Order: sequence, then structure tokens, then C-alpha cells
Amino acid sequence: MLTLIDIVLLFFLSVTAIAVIRLSDLFASVMLFGIYSLLSAAIFVSLDAVDVAFTEAAVGAGISTILALSTLALTSRHEKKSDHTPLLPVIVCFLVGSALVYGTFDMPKFGDPNAPVHQHVAPHYLEKSGEEIDVPNVVTSVLASYRGFDTFGETVVVFTAAVGVLLLLSGRPRRRKDKESENEERENKTGGAAE
Amino acid sequence: MNHLLLTVMARLLAPFILMFALYVQFHGDFGPGGGFQAGVIFASAIILYALVNNVNAAEKVMPMSWLKVFASLGVLIYGGVGVVAMLLGGNFLEYNVLAHDPVHGQHYGILLVELGVGLTVFSVMVIIFYSFTRLGEEQLVIPEEEGDPEKREAE
Repeated sequence: MLTLIDIVLLFFLSVTAIAVIRLSDLFASVMLFGIYSLLSAAIFVSLDAVDVAFTEAAVGAGISTILALSTLALTSRHEKKSDHTPLLPVIVCFLVGSALVYGTFDMPKFGDPNAPVHQHVAPHYLEKSGEEIDVPNVVTSVLASYRGFDTFGETVVVFTAAVGVLLLLSGRPRRRKDKESENEERENKTGGAAE
Repeated sequence: MNHLLLTVMARLLAPFILMFALYVQFHGDFGPGGGFQAGVIFASAIILYALVNNVNAAEKVMPMSWLKVFASLGVLIYGGVGVVAMLLGGNFLEYNVLAHDPVHGQHYGILLVELGVGLTVFSVMVIIFYSFTRLGEEQLVIPEEEGDPEKREAE
């Protein structure tokens, strides 16, 4: 049953991805990306990664759709047609894609208990989390305590995003006003010269 | 933009979304969730309010100046917990030293750190939304201003 659900979800995922590529209406693309995120969230649930699914549904399907839509409101709703042929990008995508697929042959099988990732620190986290941290959700104890330094870095990255957006966008209107006033001055000057 | 149903429903839903965000924030130790998800859900309530009314109405509820303080405060809380742990004789972000019982120390540390993450993520999401929307409103106004001189020329 679970395999069937996985197959159906992956099928819809690829259909959505192809539709996003084919559409030139960016508004529809953004909405489809939201659906794509929601489908990936469902796949994460079927992989028992509920925390990741929660984040994916909230960030991917929720906030980033809104942010992409507000970006579209600033630019244009339709994609510009490119001048060059898509041959080179197709070849590059094909080569990189086949290299990645070739790379997966050496990776341990999905859920393999002997995989290196399950041998290093994961057993300690799973076995000792109850005694050392005593928090029922192991994901939280790994994120906030064992890997607290990483999460601190992530928080700073999110903070930096806000600083960047504020620096880039809050200075813009003033500059535009300057340009407008400059243009007006120029117009006045040329107008005065013509008279 | 007077969609009565949307406005009423959004106003009705907003408190429940905020409540759910707080639940996700403080229940993250026991179930799926945590600061990041809670921050995003909290932000989505404010963004929903801004979408059905307008950004100015949302800024009365959650002003930009507060958000800037909250974004910095979140990082400060997170880093502060680490520094306090260092002052109490542990390593950076070693929560064991925060209380007499190491396990309780871990609980306090995780609670505070998740609060910091939630605050920062919430305010950053809303800051980005406000900035983009404000820019959009300015661009919408400017074409009208540019249109006026042409009309004058035509006249």
C-alpha cells in the first residue's frame, strides 16, 4: 500500500515539474510550485520524516509561494521568450543528471542499517537522548541541543536574509525620487534652453 | 478589493492560526514542530491579515520597527544562551550547566533556543513580505505619475 502511495505521489510530482517547465505563465508556475512542495511534504510524511514535512508544507507551500507571488507583482506575469536554442542547456542537464544517477549506484540502499550515516553519531543520539536530554521528540533534541551550533548558524542565515532585503529594498525609493527630481531638473533646463 | 467573505473568514481564522503557532512552538519537544515552523505559521497569520486588508493595517498590528527588534532579539537570545552557558563554566551552547540538574538545564536551553529561532524566523518572514509589498505599491503608483505628463503633452 505504501509503495502504491509513493508511486502515485512521485508520478504527480513529475507531472507538476513538467507542467512548471512547459508553462510560460509565471503565476501558474508559482501555484504549481506550491503544489510541488505540498506533494514533497506528503512524500516526507510517508518516509516518516514528519518534522521535515511540517517545515516543507509551511515554508515551501506557504511562505515561499506568497513571496514568489509578491515578486511577480513587482515584475511581469509572463515569461520572456529566449532568443537562443535550448540545445546546450538540455545537453548540460542530461550530462549532469546522468552523472548524478551514476553517483547514486555507489550509495547505500535506502534504509540500510549499515549505511555510514547510521553508524557515526546517530546511534548515540537515538540511544542516549532519553537519558541526557529527556525530550520525547529526538528531532528536537538533535536540532536544538546536539546540533545547537548548526541551528544557531541557520538562525543567523535567516537574520542575514532580512538584513540583505532591508538594505537592498529600503534604500530604493529615495534613489528613484532623486532620479525623478534630476529628470525634472533636466526637463526644466532643456525646456528653458528651447524657450 | 472588498471581498467580504475573505475578510471575515481571515479575521476569524487569524487568532486560531496564532494559537496554533504558539502550540507548535511550545509543543516542539513532544511532537513535530519547533521554532522554525512556529515562526513561519505565526508570520502567515500576519501576512493573511495584510492580504485581506492591506499592509498598512497589518503594520498597525505588527509595526516594522518592532519586527527589526524581534529579528535581532531572536539571534541575541540564541547566542545569549550560549554565552551564559560559557559564563557558568560550560562550552558554548552546553545547556547542562544552566540548571543544577543537567537534564533540566537541557530543557531550559532547548526552550529558550527554540524561542529565539521562532522570533527571528517570524520577524524575518514578515519583514521580507512588507518590503516586497511596499515596493510593489510604490511601483503601482509611479506609472500614474508618469502618465500625467503625457496627458499634459497631449492636451
